[in-house]
Amino acid sequence: MTMSTREIADLAREIRIQILHTIKGAGMGHIGGDFSVTDILATLFGAVLNVDPKDPNKADRDRIILSKGHAAVALYSTLALRGFFPVEDLKTFAQPLSKLNGHPNRNKVAGVESNTGPLGHGFPIAVGTAIGAQLAKNGSRSFVIMGDGELQEGSNWEAAMFAGHRKLTNLIAVVDRNGFQQGSPISKTNELDPLDKKFESFGWEVVVLDGHDHAALLKAFTDPQTKPRVIIAQTTKGKGVDFMEGKAEWHHKVPSTEQYEAALEQVGKQ
Amino acid sequence: MSADKLEEFDNRIIFAKTLIDLATQDPKIVVVCNDSVGSSNLGEFRDLFPDRLIDVGIAEQNMVGVAAGLANAGFTPFVCAAAPFLTGRALEQIKADVVYTNTNVKLCGMSPGISYGELGPTHHSIEDIAWMRALDSLPIVLPADEAQTEGAVRWAAKIPGPVFMRIGRFKVPSVSQGQSPAFLPNKAMRIIDGSDLTIVATGTLVSRAVAASKLLKSEGISARVINLSTVSPLDTAEILAAAKETKAIITAEESVTRGGVGGAIAEFIVQNHPVPMKLMGIDSFAPTGSASYLLEHFGLTADAIAAQARELLKNGR
Repeated sequence: MTMSTREIADLAREIRIQILHTIKGAGMGHIGGDFSVTDILATLFGAVLNVDPKDPNKADRDRIILSKGHAAVALYSTLALRGFFPVEDLKTFAQPLSKLNGHPNRNKVAGVESNTGPLGHGFPIAVGTAIGAQLAKNGSRSFVIMGDGELQEGSNWEAAMFAGHRKLTNLIAVVDRNGFQQGSPISKTNELDPLDKKFESFGWEVVVLDGHDHAALLKAFTDPQTKPRVIIAQTTKGKGVDFMEGKAEWHHKVPSTEQYEAALEQVGKQ
Repeated sequence: MSADKLEEFDNRIIFAKTLIDLATQDPKIVVVCNDSVGSSNLGEFRDLFPDRLIDVGIAEQNMVGVAAGLANAGFTPFVCAAAPFLTGRALEQIKADVVYTNTNVKLCGMSPGISYGELGPTHHSIEDIAWMRALDSLPIVLPADEAQTEGAVRWAAKIPGPVFMRIGRFKVPSVSQGQSPAFLPNKAMRIIDGSDLTIVATGTLVSRAVAASKLLKSEGISARVINLSTVSPLDTAEILAAAKETKAIITAEESVTRGGVGGAIAEFIVQNHPVPMKLMGIDSFAPTGSASYLLEHFGLTADAIAAQARELLKNGR
């Protein structure tokens, strides 16, 4: 079940291809943030999480909460490729009455843990699942993936403070640090740095890494913990397609047919 | 009030006792609170189950999110927090993480309405019912006395999915003596029959509606009293019967009538069987005063309800 880093890279490539198909097909989606989080999802679902697509609600499963719910297409593509539902269903994304809404719905999609979308919601929930696992003593670990812009929401810091206080060693928060929020660079809106020092002062162990380096991610996800751990994953918005990388306009732009084909070709070689 | 002085109870006492009893039987019952152990009367619960009382501190958004996570992990969290902060500060968490995600979280709005009296409108919770009613299919329960509080908490623990309930600190007399069970889920409970008009009351106002009905009876007016301990889902059969069998409806609540209990009844009545109505509640920020004073200030007394009944019947003829 556990993938090698080579296999994780293959999964990441397939996820990016499905993201391209899905967003092109639907004519909507958050492609920039989907690509920045892809390698994080591929590593978690490929080699870290104790989850079973055949029994998606088993009590001792690991919890993965995508707080940046606007990257739903990245999550859907990952879940489909890991067998939670047919890859074919991705074609229904955003279509009338599809189970695949613009933001994920736990009650419709196997593998989704919470109906995220409004920002700053996933972190407290993951603190709750982590505390629950400690009470249940079932070994379940909790992971939450946040966008960096999202950390401007105060609820995250309520959660960070409490997780630090309770020394939750079964909790990992991942910050998809692509540097952009919807309209502009974070540094020009409301800067987060020094983000590592902020988390350290809240009682967290901080790991800063390249969020597209599967081996580094794998190590950070599996090293033993004595505190809650935050992974500040330095990522590139639009990662994998040169004309999208680091461009704010690709937050939710849909590629033209030419751009789609060029992007598929670039991603396919990775 | 002109009725004889009845013994009165703080519903938080029976609330905590019931939670302890449930937690003793069911290891999945946990409490999540916001530095509210004292105000929610949870000291004994914490002593008995220290690991199962999760106090997040003064952080309501985190409180509700943590509760949603605990529910995801298989637990039945009772979130116990002052109603204004629970429903106001964490409204989006209640909407998205609890109601839309459909997590098994029991939202207990402690000390609701104007029970914080002199502390003022920041600490009053008169908007909570309107806010909670706006959320898709969230059960809303307003126990009127001790026996109903116990029944409602036991029911909430048993059913899967979210519930919002108000747990009062303002002392109220029993209104469900002789009724078994004291709390019927999903039902409007007719506690006094009558044929001239109907008073639909909730929470603190139920005992006052009962007293008003007695006053009116002495004048030859037959006032039906419905204890609407469940606002959502609305027991439409009972409300429709009231509209058809009596000439008018008064609603009485310790909250805003806009979108509140009065709003709920009016929305139904106007579309199904219009009759003259009077909505009694608290539709503005309160001036300084004790809870008891403020209930009088806003005309939420037996005498005021009786006066509105006379007026409504006079105009309706």
